[in-house]
Amino acid sequence: MNEITAAVVQIGLVVLLLVLVHRPLGDYMARVFTSRRHLAVERAGYRVMRVDPDAEQRWSSYLLSLLGFGAASILVLYGLARTQHLLPLSLGVSPMDPAGAWNTAVSFVTNTNWQSYSGETEAGHLLQMAGLAVQNFVSAATGLAVAVALVRGFARSGTDGRVGNFWADLVRAVVRVLLPAAAVAALLLVALGVVQNLGGHVEVTSLAGGTTVMPGGPVASQEAIKELGTNGGGFFNANSAHPFENPTPLSNVVEIFLLLVIPFSLPRTFGRMVGDLRQGRAVAAAMAVLWVSAVGLLTWAELAAPGAVPTAAGAAMEGKEVRFGEAASALFAASTTGTSTGAVNAMHDSLTAPGGGVALVNMLLGEVAPGGVGAGLYGFLVLAVLTVFLAGLMVGRTPELLGKKIGRHEITLVALYILTMPALVLVGAGLAIALPAGQAGIQEGGPHGLSEVLYAFTSAANNNGSAFAGLTVATPFYDTALGLVMLLGRFVPIALVLALAGRLASQGTVPAGEGTLPTHRPIFVGLLVAVTVVVVGLTFIPVLALGPIAEALA
Amino acid sequence: MTTHTQDSVEHVTTPPGAGDAPSGDGHASRLTARALVAALPGALRKLSPRRLASSPVLFVVEVGAALTTVLAVASPTGFAVAVTVWLWATVLFATLAESVAEGRGKAQAASLRASQRQTVAHKVVAPQDSLVFTTGLARLATADVPSASLRVGDVVVVSAGETIPGDGDVIEGVASVDESAITGESAPVIRESGGDRSAVTGGTVVLSDRVVVRVTAPPGHTFVDRMIALVEGSERRRTPNEVALNVLLTTLTVVFLLAVASLQPFAVHAGGRQSMIILVALLVCLIPTTIGALLSAIGIAGMDRLVQRNVLAMSGRAVEAAGDVDVLLLDKTGTITLGNRQAYELIAADGVDERALADAAQLASMADETPEGRSVLVLVKERYGLRARDEGELVGSVLVPFSATTRMSGLDLVGAGTDDRPDRTVRKGAAAAVSHWVHSTGGHTGPDVAATVDAVAASGGTPLVVAERHGSAPARVLGVVHLKDVVKPGLRARFDELRAMGIRTVMVTGDNPATARAIAAEAGVDDVLAEATPEDKLALIRREQEGGRLVAMAGDGTNDAPALAQADVGVAMSTGTAAAKEAGNMIDLDSNPTKLIEIVRIGKQLLITRGALTTFSIANDVAKYFAILPAMFVGLYPQLGVLDVMRLGSPQSAILSAVVFNAVVIVALIPLALRGVRYRPASASTMLRRNLLLYGVGGLVTPFVGIKAIDLLLTLLPGMTS
Repeated sequence: MNEITAAVVQIGLVVLLLVLVHRPLGDYMARVFTSRRHLAVERAGYRVMRVDPDAEQRWSSYLLSLLGFGAASILVLYGLARTQHLLPLSLGVSPMDPAGAWNTAVSFVTNTNWQSYSGETEAGHLLQMAGLAVQNFVSAATGLAVAVALVRGFARSGTDGRVGNFWADLVRAVVRVLLPAAAVAALLLVALGVVQNLGGHVEVTSLAGGTTVMPGGPVASQEAIKELGTNGGGFFNANSAHPFENPTPLSNVVEIFLLLVIPFSLPRTFGRMVGDLRQGRAVAAAMAVLWVSAVGLLTWAELAAPGAVPTAAGAAMEGKEVRFGEAASALFAASTTGTSTGAVNAMHDSLTAPGGGVALVNMLLGEVAPGGVGAGLYGFLVLAVLTVFLAGLMVGRTPELLGKKIGRHEITLVALYILTMPALVLVGAGLAIALPAGQAGIQEGGPHGLSEVLYAFTSAANNNGSAFAGLTVATPFYDTALGLVMLLGRFVPIALVLALAGRLASQGTVPAGEGTLPTHRPIFVGLLVAVTVVVVGLTFIPVLALGPIAEALA
Repeated sequence: MTTHTQDSVEHVTTPPGAGDAPSGDGHASRLTARALVAALPGALRKLSPRRLASSPVLFVVEVGAALTTVLAVASPTGFAVAVTVWLWATVLFATLAESVAEGRGKAQAASLRASQRQTVAHKVVAPQDSLVFTTGLARLATADVPSASLRVGDVVVVSAGETIPGDGDVIEGVASVDESAITGESAPVIRESGGDRSAVTGGTVVLSDRVVVRVTAPPGHTFVDRMIALVEGSERRRTPNEVALNVLLTTLTVVFLLAVASLQPFAVHAGGRQSMIILVALLVCLIPTTIGALLSAIGIAGMDRLVQRNVLAMSGRAVEAAGDVDVLLLDKTGTITLGNRQAYELIAADGVDERALADAAQLASMADETPEGRSVLVLVKERYGLRARDEGELVGSVLVPFSATTRMSGLDLVGAGTDDRPDRTVRKGAAAAVSHWVHSTGGHTGPDVAATVDAVAASGGTPLVVAERHGSAPARVLGVVHLKDVVKPGLRARFDELRAMGIRTVMVTGDNPATARAIAAEAGVDDVLAEATPEDKLALIRREQEGGRLVAMAGDGTNDAPALAQADVGVAMSTGTAAAKEAGNMIDLDSNPTKLIEIVRIGKQLLITRGALTTFSIANDVAKYFAILPAMFVGLYPQLGVLDVMRLGSPQSAILSAVVFNAVVIVALIPLALRGVRYRPASASTMLRRNLLLYGVGGLVTPFVGIKAIDLLLTLLPGMTS
């Protein structure tokens, strides 16, 4: 089977699985977040947390609950990372330094899972399971909760800003969505050969007669939620390139499917909750256009192997796993950067120049193709508001989306949302490249070195977590700066989205008529994609010209 | 009023360039060199940073221009000077656009001011509270005072030939008034005390008779003062959507500011530090200067287009709301139908010759001075060739005029040389009244006539029964005159147009539901509110608004005021009462309710123009990148030369071409901003597709052509080919 056939078969398989699963899963999630019933285990949880799950919160208290929960989570993780040598199951690792612990804590709470440490040698089992694995669930659940709150904003009218109950949404997302899905996924991965035990490192004698240390641990269970929750923090440093995490091409396809499945199902949930499935389909279609384009471009870039070194070597295989090949690496790279997952099955630093550029741009789109769990949907809905505002005027009415007028307050929130990510990336990367502490970490000169820095800040600001290896980030400067960027890149947009949800929920709903801009037709989908690409393109093209573009054209 | 009925007819039979509003006032939107020169001083004044600060996009351009000025003075290269000059030109073109838009209202304001000259008022000298509605006020003693000294509540006497000194209500008398100073309409209008025609406007002239007027507005706050402020644009506040758009433009400006500012460290790292002038040039080209420059001109021009059509919008908010209107309430009488019912056909009773019926109907209508009566005469003349009778033919006959008690009109015809009993008696009137008369003479009405009467009534018409009596024989019924409302021609097409825009029309009438539905079906409106009281109207508006819809209506009476105030777009007729004018947020000086349709169109056109130019402005940036980025970095990375798809002369000419294009496109688009984009009613999807193609794709392509053309010109200049 040649590479092109392999590429088509793999992409086809992923698409087929998504087409089959997104409807039932999307409908199920809509039921989960609109149901009035509580499970016994959830009731117990609410009693422990002393919250009333039926009390509707205004957007501001919803946000405060969310921020409080985030702050507490960061503190706990920081504590665990700093004291892990004193805790059981430590495997003899030493405590993390303050900057590294801060970076790790923020990274997992923000669903970024940027890892400036090496998983197998610097994180003990307790930190992995009680800290990081828990965050893999709750950070994804937080994203889901925010998305659901925004969808409620569109679905409701005249509620004085009530958008649901954060605790109920969080608990339901974990108990009814992520846990069952992760359990099924973990079993599937074990069946496909992923390691799952509680053992420590095992010393084995290799065929050659030497001895190697074989690391073990609860890999499959963490792997499942790593992908499902678009987290990306691998058990091993090599992440999904490691044979214990991702042993075969089949497990590779399954992992790619897992990281796409919730983001691609959420538009269906959105359509259900607003009572117009066509709207959900339009959002899914726009996401699909972007994802397919990224996959196509990246696959082309890797297979065509442009660039001096790959041409000399005959193929762009440096930094990629032979058991997957270029096409599977490209599909994984496009999907992981498009979903804010950040898991990798190949070193992105070793992608061809245009391929690395596509991965970078995929993140710069603001993680909407199809984006992280929850974050992708709310990001796209914000872009839809922007699109309606820009183009909606052209039908001769003041802009409206799903019957909600987009006035000054709404557009201010959207504008600040759109502004946040570019500001973090540009200011962060600009400072890093101007300051000696930042320059110190850059491994290579020329455009590639610049791409490395840009990639790091883009990954952090978009809560992706994937890295262009090559940049030395385990320094206090990068740990601190990137931690800050991750934190702001996660919670500033969330605050703005919840404020938007509150405003929308308190508005009345304008009925749609002949004169209303329809937001489910192909022309609107095309417009949405165009606005997404143009806004990002215009913002980042100057910098990209000096990085990946200069590199790719060389 | 007959004058305004005729006016409406005229408007409908000559639809103002239906489907192509902008060309209707082409003369006003053409941008002449003279208009540009006249606007220049105003444009220069607007360059003050304090005034520009309200538009962050332009403010950034001005700061950039100031910066390059300093740099160009420090090291004056041809390139630095050229960029600086064109950056200043960019700001100036922006202020010029606004200034030109304002200039169009100035002329109108000047002619209005002329009507505001000081006049002498004949003020009644008596305690105000003693001046109640009465007769004989005009005979009270008056004192001559300057009109500027009048206060609210003062009472003045205005005679023929005098200018009314201030806004007020007529409290005694009737006069014809020339309101051409305000409306441009030369036909005089009648103003009389009491009722809905009592409001007079300061600056208008009494042509005949004498009226007593109670002043209702203090000097400086009259209707004309408000008009002057409106047409000059001095009272203009940004509309909600304009404010929102400005927020977005500001954000884009900040994003591009960050993108350009952060570019320098990257460029330095790569070893290609950029000069400040180039960075400023890049920034100005990227931020949305085109829409930023034209935004306020679009708003002013939108208001101005209303003024051209003799509509005064009291707030820009109302103009914007007009674009969003979902429901249009239209009064039946005068808006959908001609003012009065007209004879439509004659239906003879069994065994009666139709011509005999026509003859009798004509005789019976001789005494009927109502428009309905006159329409019977017209019908018999046109359809049956019966000329009007000479006075001589009817010597000795007695005209029986219509009265509320008999509800009949007719004629008692006296033949030559007989006694005092009339030879022939004809009567025409309501079915019940005529039947009663026929029965009283011993005659009877046949079942066929009753059936005809019912059929006409069921179709929405008014049946009038015609009967005659010879001598003292029993009277007999000849037949039925069918009166019906005549729907103005051309309305159905306009309602179809409105439906295509997604606007529902509701006809409001006092008629019974059957009649109302019949007329509604004929006119093509979507819905009717029959037997409507002012309260019903108000309730209907509230109901629609609760469902999230925006409602527009027109009205003139005092009892319309609550509904006018409640409606999102309330257009008061200028012939209406002060209460109605106060309640509405627009005033139609022509008092033509059909104009609601024009207003909606202008509102939509305003929004589309804004959206189209925003899209155009942002789409332009793509081409500018292809011009500027290779120019900036081709020295550093020669491979970036591939991006120079336009093959521009040199890096410097490329950057300068982009800057020049950016400035010139503002001037090129001023006429479009003033005129508004072409607007044809269509469904939202069609409209979006068309405008996207035109302004989105057009915005992508145009600058490639424009920048290349400018570059070709520039390379011809000395010093630019380096």
